[in-house]
Amino acid sequence: MSKYVGKRIKRTEDPRLIKGLAHYVDDIGLPNILHVAFVRSLYAHARINGVDTSEALKAPGVVAVYTGEDVAEKVGPVPCAAALPDLKVPDYRVLATDKALFVGHPIAAVVATDKYSARDAVDLISVDYEELPVAIDVETAAQGGAVIHEKFGDNIAYKLTSGEGDIEAALKSADHIVTQRMVHQRLAPIAMEPRGVLARYFPGEEELTIWSSTQIPHLLRTQLALMIGIPENKLRVITPEVGGGFGSKLNVYAEEALLGWISIQLGQPVKWIESRRENVQATIHGRAQVGTVEVGCKNDGTLTGLRYNVFADLGAYHQLLTPAIPTLTGLMLSGAYKIPAIQMNVTGVFTNKMSTDAYRGAGRPEATYVVERAMDIVAAELKMDPVEVRRKNFPAATEFPFHTATGLDYDSGNYQGALDKALGISGYETLRADQAKARAAGKLMGIGMSSYVEICALGPSQAMPAGGWESATVRIEPTGKVTVMTGASPHGQGQETSFAQIAADELGVNLHDITVIHGDTGVVQYGIGTFGSRATAVGGTAMLIAIQRLKEKAAKIAAHILQCEASALAFDAGRYYRPAAAAASTTEVSELDVPVGEAPAGALPEPDTEGRKTLTIQEIALIAHIAKELPPDTEPGLSATYFFEPKNFTFPFGTHICVVEIDKDTGETKIVRYIAVDDCGKVINPLLVDGQVHGGIVQAMGQALYEEVVYDEQGQLITGELMDYALPKASQIPWLETDRTETPSPVNPLGVKGVGEAGTIGATPAIVNAIVDALSPFGVKHLDMPVRPENVWKIIKT
Amino acid sequence: MKQAISINVNGIDHTADVEPRLLLVHYLRDVLSLTGTHIGCETSICGACTVMIDGQAVKSCTMFAVQADGARITTIEGLATNGELHPVQEGFWEKHGLQCGYCTPGMIIAGAQLLDRNADPSRAEIRHGLEGNLCRCTGYQHIVEAVEFAAKKAAGG
Repeated sequence: MSKYVGKRIKRTEDPRLIKGLAHYVDDIGLPNILHVAFVRSLYAHARINGVDTSEALKAPGVVAVYTGEDVAEKVGPVPCAAALPDLKVPDYRVLATDKALFVGHPIAAVVATDKYSARDAVDLISVDYEELPVAIDVETAAQGGAVIHEKFGDNIAYKLTSGEGDIEAALKSADHIVTQRMVHQRLAPIAMEPRGVLARYFPGEEELTIWSSTQIPHLLRTQLALMIGIPENKLRVITPEVGGGFGSKLNVYAEEALLGWISIQLGQPVKWIESRRENVQATIHGRAQVGTVEVGCKNDGTLTGLRYNVFADLGAYHQLLTPAIPTLTGLMLSGAYKIPAIQMNVTGVFTNKMSTDAYRGAGRPEATYVVERAMDIVAAELKMDPVEVRRKNFPAATEFPFHTATGLDYDSGNYQGALDKALGISGYETLRADQAKARAAGKLMGIGMSSYVEICALGPSQAMPAGGWESATVRIEPTGKVTVMTGASPHGQGQETSFAQIAADELGVNLHDITVIHGDTGVVQYGIGTFGSRATAVGGTAMLIAIQRLKEKAAKIAAHILQCEASALAFDAGRYYRPAAAAASTTEVSELDVPVGEAPAGALPEPDTEGRKTLTIQEIALIAHIAKELPPDTEPGLSATYFFEPKNFTFPFGTHICVVEIDKDTGETKIVRYIAVDDCGKVINPLLVDGQVHGGIVQAMGQALYEEVVYDEQGQLITGELMDYALPKASQIPWLETDRTETPSPVNPLGVKGVGEAGTIGATPAIVNAIVDALSPFGVKHLDMPVRPENVWKIIKT
Repeated sequence: MKQAISINVNGIDHTADVEPRLLLVHYLRDVLSLTGTHIGCETSICGACTVMIDGQAVKSCTMFAVQADGARITTIEGLATNGELHPVQEGFWEKHGLQCGYCTPGMIIAGAQLLDRNADPSRAEIRHGLEGNLCRCTGYQHIVEAVEFAAKKAAGG
């Protein structure tokens, strides 16, 4: 059955990408295209007393200039889909009107015949700013001072308490309570392809097409139709190749609506490609929480309760999911452990910065970091090995489904198994012995671990703002080629390959007979998108069930022609067998028929159904389309559509172990070994899973050691380019030792869980735990990220 | 005032009158429609725009087209010969050295340059040689393996 699933299959999307022949938004040209550039606020908080566009309008090549006033009544506000009790939602206009609220806030749009002219004209627009006091630090902004949205009276967007159990009693019953303040710094997702939008309006047909680098073409279409005021069925969103997203393109942005609206005004195609500077200023950021965790435990290490009081820095406005991200942190505060009582108290705070939103992990890395750092602090308090504290509190593999005090039911797991495997690969005992020797020799060596659980396959619709299902249509064309249309539009994950693997096995056809189509609302049925490690678990399952439905119909047709009961047919490797033929010699069969996977070449053959003992599903597709020999009351054609609604999330898990050495002279951390044992349920393509794990771990290394979006006290963005915002480089990364355990998910028939975010969730605390372990002889219990050499050096020297 | 330039790109001679400030990457992408060369940062950090100029891997986002007057340039579109993939391209496919693919053309050019200079690099040398190219998807490990594959392949292994 499994010819492709589980195999290291090379990606079918790669040839166009390695030859430079793929099309990202900026690679698409259209006749008479106009280029858009934006005037963006230079200040974090300023009243706009006027915008003088007169000089710009006289400049060569300039076709139009639009200001906030021009569009305020024409284009609807940037939407927020998160619903929380008593949430304050500011009016987020696509261009700033009376006030600019963050550096990079768009104020005016210039349209010109070429991009150089558009960019020149931006400098000719004069904005009359009146600087206002700023709210930058999240804790200060929560307490008072400058108010960003006057109508709300303060900067508190919401307060929320979540969790189950009596936290006060739980902490009271503890022998020890450890408390630690932790900062999750602000990060920039930095997809290598910045955002980009191309919009083309046909006035005659009244049709608008928007090409956008997005993770959610259908949701984007719905929202843009509302913002622009165009019927949804006259708007087509196409996502061509998308150069990475990491959550930053799981959004609806001002520029997307504005470009669509401008194209309608001018009746010409318009394009805007985000510069990297704009990308760091005005594409969503991630993380940005400052909180304090309290954990109660017994003398033997048993946890009694966990409380996390946190300020979430939301930025100036809500983007699509901004206020909801910290709620995911609250859901995952039980980590991989039995904790009888858990409480999170979150305060969402407006600041004069770009909005935070979903960045790879989206609230879950924060939770894992809190829990896994706390486990090490507990271990230090009790003078226990970090491994033993974790073992002590794991649920056993037999305790699943496992209910947490955050209200979740973990689907399946074997945390002990992943831990044991990681310990084995790392040679944990030897590592500890090496560490003792290193310390005796005056060297700083640290070993850190993290046993994580993540929440994936988002998710049941009840738990999602706009539907948590996914869709698929599977069609076998008359020539036997298989077309799959998925709503889970990818941006580098490789669904064209992994979905084709699943489909090829299920249909028994050649992988190369399958084309997976995605990211075009004009072609693909409504879908949700790729985020939250959901594409395979939810979208793949939708496809699997669609195929099973298609096969029910194919079997009916086969039974009719082969003159037997459908239930009596055997199906193997793409071929239906009449009961008697199942035992027949295979040579006879293969001489008779077109080999599986080879659709007939040239003109369509007349199906020869006389005296057949077997039929391939690809031959049945032709019969179904010619429709002369169908059973009574059978619809012609061979396709099926299915919308899959999952009953639960999935909960992948694993253990990561990190070994660091710290240079005493420079304070520099070197990761010398990194071991990751991940369990993402059933694996469709190990090559792709490895790639996801590697990428996530390295992003976590970026968070742990290098990356931080820094605004100064005036709210100026001082990490506004890749010259200042430090992404990990190849030379800074160690060889990653990856392995897996495989615990299938009972939530979907594929048994898959999801793997896209495992690295950013599991790795960050392992790295920081290793650094803290290395520095423990100096009495260090905690260090905030990014752990810069200067911070470490100061500890060593004082 | 426009200036006349003459550049050989992927074996074809091109002449054009261009603004002195036109960036080479815009000349390649917008004038010649060779959109395989990408723009990722505009500051010479990310390397998505890397092309081969007279045998040297160069970031085309911080070079003017007029500076390339008289040069021979190879872009990702010109790397394969007679329809046969360059060993580094093959390595990227074989070893899953790409996910979103955006950094890939620049990364492949940098990898090819690296092997031109050192036919049998160690993993550390490969990582050092790719320092000027950023990838946000792969974590670099499969890219290192892709270059190793190419080195072996080029050596006839």
